[in-house]
Amino acid sequence: MSNEVMSVLKRDYIYNLMLKGKRTDGRAFDEVRDIEVKTNVIDKAEGSAWVKYGDTEVLVGVKMQVGTPFPDSAGEGVIITSLELNPIASPDFEAGPPRENAIEMARVTDRGVRESGAIDLSKLCITEGEEVWMVFIDIHVLNNGGNIQDASSMGAIAALLTTTIPAESAGKGEDIAMPIKDIPLGVTVINIGGSLMVDPELDEETVCDTKITVVSNKDGSISGMQKSGDGALTEEQLLKAVEMACEKAAELREAHLSDLQN
Amino acid sequence: MNDKPEKFIDENGLRLDGRQIDEIRPMTIKIGVLSRADGSCYLEWGNNKILAAVYGPRELHPRRLQKADSALIRYRYNMAAFSVEDRARPGPSRRSIEISKVSREAFEPVVMTHLYPSAVIDVFAEVLQADAGTRTAAINAASIALADAGIPMKGLVAACAVGKVDGKLVLDLNKPEDNYGEADLPIAITQDGEITLLQMDGDLTQEEFKEAVKLCKEGCYQILEMQKEALKTKFSDDADIDIPDDIDEDVDVEALEKCDTEDSGEEDVSDESEEDEGSEDVDDEEEPEDVEEDFVDTVEEKTDDEEDTTEGGEVREQ
Repeated sequence: MSNEVMSVLKRDYIYNLMLKGKRTDGRAFDEVRDIEVKTNVIDKAEGSAWVKYGDTEVLVGVKMQVGTPFPDSAGEGVIITSLELNPIASPDFEAGPPRENAIEMARVTDRGVRESGAIDLSKLCITEGEEVWMVFIDIHVLNNGGNIQDASSMGAIAALLTTTIPAESAGKGEDIAMPIKDIPLGVTVINIGGSLMVDPELDEETVCDTKITVVSNKDGSISGMQKSGDGALTEEQLLKAVEMACEKAAELREAHLSDLQN
Repeated sequence: MNDKPEKFIDENGLRLDGRQIDEIRPMTIKIGVLSRADGSCYLEWGNNKILAAVYGPRELHPRRLQKADSALIRYRYNMAAFSVEDRARPGPSRRSIEISKVSREAFEPVVMTHLYPSAVIDVFAEVLQADAGTRTAAINAASIALADAGIPMKGLVAACAVGKVDGKLVLDLNKPEDNYGEADLPIAITQDGEITLLQMDGDLTQEEFKEAVKLCKEGCYQILEMQKEALKTKFSDDADIDIPDDIDEDVDVEALEKCDTEDSGEEDVSDESEEDEGSEDVDDEEEPEDVEEDFVDTVEEKTDDEEDTTEGGEVREQ
């Protein structure tokens, strides 16, 4: 999975625990770690969120800029998502341009936000074909305790929910709140020896051979999905994972995001 | 550029290109199209044109990348600059890096990498012309190229996408359906129906998703049959050419050659390779042959078959 080195003993330990229906930190298979979400933590950003999933810490900042739209969507704003696995977060992360893991996580987060229609992009148009707002979602991983993907997804939408478009300072009218239509949230489920668990901590994530991230919306529909890792899933496992992820997403949305919108 | 069709499915239930909703585009497969690659495949699927090649198992450099207990699989999905409407900038993009990663992972469960510790198996998939569904087309081609290269696998991998247009699920999206459709769900499966690649974007209810997976698997199974058929045709054809009626001579030479490199091969090899080489060449041959013998001795214990065939190849080359 990741580059973390994992001893055979630890591997066996996690596997044997799983057989007894247990996890390393005593959680149930469908239980997430303690989650904290704080918003508006960076004044300079138009929207920001600091998210903690167990030991994993992620900081997401949203910056807005006036730019030109893509020719095939002249009347719509632009979303650009990037994720950096900062070397501050793990001995295995190296500085430099993003590698495939970082790119994958950024793109899965991006698709979740984009495909769910979370942002009403038509409202980000200033002059059709000429000027639109560009939304830069930058995800900074501060500590890798496993499941960066879900923390990023949570951070991205939390930051967007609290974003104000700085129209006044750009001379484009009055400041308005980011037009948010939906609240997509990604939940990752891993497969260890046929057992499915949500929100893997670092060791579990290292041991598992398959992860599946499901991004679901308020109405329970699915707007993005990605299988990642060297293993395979049966159809039965897949459907169960999707169900688990959607249920969990609804729970987390209610607990951490419902009162954020400004 | 907004040429979104009003309707994707007409009153007869047919799609823009005249297909049924559960019908895949026609696919043609050619195997062994590149002489230098260990395995290769040219695949056309609708208007997609894909060329896949496999090199390896071969030595992996730099050595720090080697895995002590298994082979490394590298998968490179690449789009030719001219493969799309607006020229694609050459070189890896974020999209192609992601596709390469998930496609590699689609093959990890089937390729028996433990047989080739510290080696690398390189899979290259070139998109020469793109027309929706290139990643799945590339996987289908790569799967055949791996088989053509003789890489031991638990089975083939087949991939296909399901999407949603006009609120209906459709199999194997074409370009307009891909561009303006409501969802896109590419899936790759093994012959046991296990899912090795799954991505999704768009909007599907959980019910629709379940249905989509089923529909997609049906498509994958159809492709799997085509892949098998193509491989069978290719290798039964090859067999016809290689094994003529007067079988004896040819087969014996092969067999002897193998034995010879193991035993005291020198004389026999020069005897058998009664090609056009003059006697001057024999002198040249002697030295390398000694080296080879030593080499064979040292590796013999590990993997007889593998080493033998490579030895054979080298003898012929010299």
